[in-house]
Amino acid sequence: MQLWLIPLLPFAGFVINGLFGRRFSKGVVNLFAIGSVVLSFAWVLKTVLGLGDITSPHVEHYFTWIQSGNFTLNCDFAVDRLTEVMLLVVTGVGSLIHIYSIGYMAHEHGPNFGGYYRFFAYLNLFMFFMLVLVLGANFLVLFVGWEGVGLCSYLLIGFYFDKKFATDAGNKAFIVNRIGDFGFALAMFYIFKSFGSLDFGTVFQKAPGAPESALTLIGLLLLLGATGKSAQIPLYVWLPDAMAGPTPVSALIHAATMVTAGVYMTARSWPIYTHAPAAMETIAVIGIATAFFAATIGIAQNDIKKVFAYSTVSQLGYMFVGVGCGAFGAGIYHLVTHAFFKALLFLGSGSVIHALSGEQDLRNMGGLRKHTPWTFWVMMCAGVAIAGIPPFAGFFSKDAILLAAYHHAPWMYWLGTITAGITAFYVFRAMFLAFFGEYRGHEHHPHESPAVMLAPLVVLAALSLAGGYIFKVPQFLSTVFPPIEEGEDMTLVAISVAAGVLGIFLAWLMYVAQPRLADSLSIKGLYQLVYNKYFVDEIYDTTVVKPVVGGSRVLLWRVADVGIIDGLANGIASRARDIGVVLRSLQSGNIRSYAAWVLFGSVLLIVAMGMAAGGGIR
Amino acid sequence: MAEVPISWFLTLSAILFALGVAGFLFRRNIITVFMSIELMLNAVNLTFVTFSYQLKQVNGHLFSFFVMVVAAAEAAVGLAIILTIFKNRSTLQIDDIDSMKN
Repeated sequence: MQLWLIPLLPFAGFVINGLFGRRFSKGVVNLFAIGSVVLSFAWVLKTVLGLGDITSPHVEHYFTWIQSGNFTLNCDFAVDRLTEVMLLVVTGVGSLIHIYSIGYMAHEHGPNFGGYYRFFAYLNLFMFFMLVLVLGANFLVLFVGWEGVGLCSYLLIGFYFDKKFATDAGNKAFIVNRIGDFGFALAMFYIFKSFGSLDFGTVFQKAPGAPESALTLIGLLLLLGATGKSAQIPLYVWLPDAMAGPTPVSALIHAATMVTAGVYMTARSWPIYTHAPAAMETIAVIGIATAFFAATIGIAQNDIKKVFAYSTVSQLGYMFVGVGCGAFGAGIYHLVTHAFFKALLFLGSGSVIHALSGEQDLRNMGGLRKHTPWTFWVMMCAGVAIAGIPPFAGFFSKDAILLAAYHHAPWMYWLGTITAGITAFYVFRAMFLAFFGEYRGHEHHPHESPAVMLAPLVVLAALSLAGGYIFKVPQFLSTVFPPIEEGEDMTLVAISVAAGVLGIFLAWLMYVAQPRLADSLSIKGLYQLVYNKYFVDEIYDTTVVKPVVGGSRVLLWRVADVGIIDGLANGIASRARDIGVVLRSLQSGNIRSYAAWVLFGSVLLIVAMGMAAGGGIR
Repeated sequence: MAEVPISWFLTLSAILFALGVAGFLFRRNIITVFMSIELMLNAVNLTFVTFSYQLKQVNGHLFSFFVMVVAAAEAAVGLAIILTIFKNRSTLQIDDIDSMKN
């Protein structure tokens, strides 16, 4: 099936644009960057159609990567239905976002001339690594993609590298992800120790026979990796800062694809998790806690991208609830619909930011409905989809997760439903602040975005509206994942929908009908707490960052490095110097003193030999 | 005719060698120093020949020929160096020739 073509096409785009893009016109850069991704999408379509109704994974072997003792690792790609779904989302949404970027980045040159080609080269490189991640047939190939997307995320967050906050955000994302990747690497070691292989096929076949303690440990370590990449408690802090990158990056990497890699990986490892109930439970609890926690922070953010960033963290939490409750299909379902509506929300907010020439603060927006009608309508589509209003995309997937949560533990359902209400509230708060009321901004001529940006928005809007109905992901994946007990409960569905509607209504009441109401609520302390994101960044700073920095500075730098390592090296050098000072005085330049030394040496030698020989005889 | 005892030869050789060493250490003139080196070489030659005669083996003779050849070569090179030094510095005092110092 030539699966290798799928990631290699974007890689070719990266190489061409990365090496020669500086000399290309923007049109040529576009041709290679967008062309390669669209071709990749076409190849994915051809592959999916060609494979037809597969029930077992289609594996392609390329070469043996590592051969050491009894450990063999192949560079293999595999496609099953889960991979098909991921491939379609990544290349499909990826293509749309690439096209959108033509318009969004049109006025951007980056900090130095040439930012345009650099942007697309990184974006293509990201596509390559993301496709390697989903295609990999063993944990290490997956990990290659996993690290690669992290690198591209870092490069693109810090795209405006002349701005301190952007490079700081890039570093933060990279360093926080290191913690997660540490867990992932340990998990791989333990998988190899337990199963003697890293191949998905072998590992998952042997998983039911392994001791539960080993599986739980592996599951928890993999989960640590997933919390890093997918921005869950306790490692979610990097994602909101990651919004320092250009908006298409936020849409592609930090909403639609990369951050869902953790969900994909945990869903992929379901044979491990189903036999490790404790690890499953941890996933579900972390997921629901993150969903609720991040949603509450989203209420009080004033930066439009920050609102959607916390929304992404919250929605990723939902996906983990689905996976943790055993409803793997529902988790992936939400991954897909979320890719549609969250990419749309980000691209839409990018369109708003573009219209206002860089303004991101909701307090400086308002009334944009009249100026940017297209953007308004497509974002409304995304809004109703994320709020879970039937029959739009988010309704189906969120409902599937909430039902599974109810069967797993009712309290998770209730917390999830409350979160759904909060979600609807903060999304529509942002919508109302941006598009309704009076215009409060400084830009004098808010302008609608060009067609090249609007076309992808319209496609995504259609997918947000109808995607949940058209793509029945759980049914499609039913041959991949273990079956779950299906329970249609109209009451539960009605309650969660009501929560969404209530959220929208409250937002309308507070930000359109009675704008004074929000200020009159006497919850100043609570608001400050939420506005400052529960001071989590500050807490991490005091409990983790400061001790590490301080410890490094005092113990590792002053004591270990300067004291021991430098002291050792410098000490040896200065002893040699001291000896040299003494020996140097021999080099008088006087021939007769040399001769005297030669004589002295010979006499010494003869005496020594004589004593040795004499001792030997006696 | 009574044989001259071997110790006499060796004693003479030691005395010659000691004289060479003393000359090497204490004389200032380069040519004298050079001659002292030749004296030491010949003292060693005498020892070689003595032992060769004593042990009825030809090795010692061969070695003394080697030493003579080397000494001849050394004399040629050494005298050339001395000539050059004298041309450049107009002195043969060994203590004045210390440009390697420092």
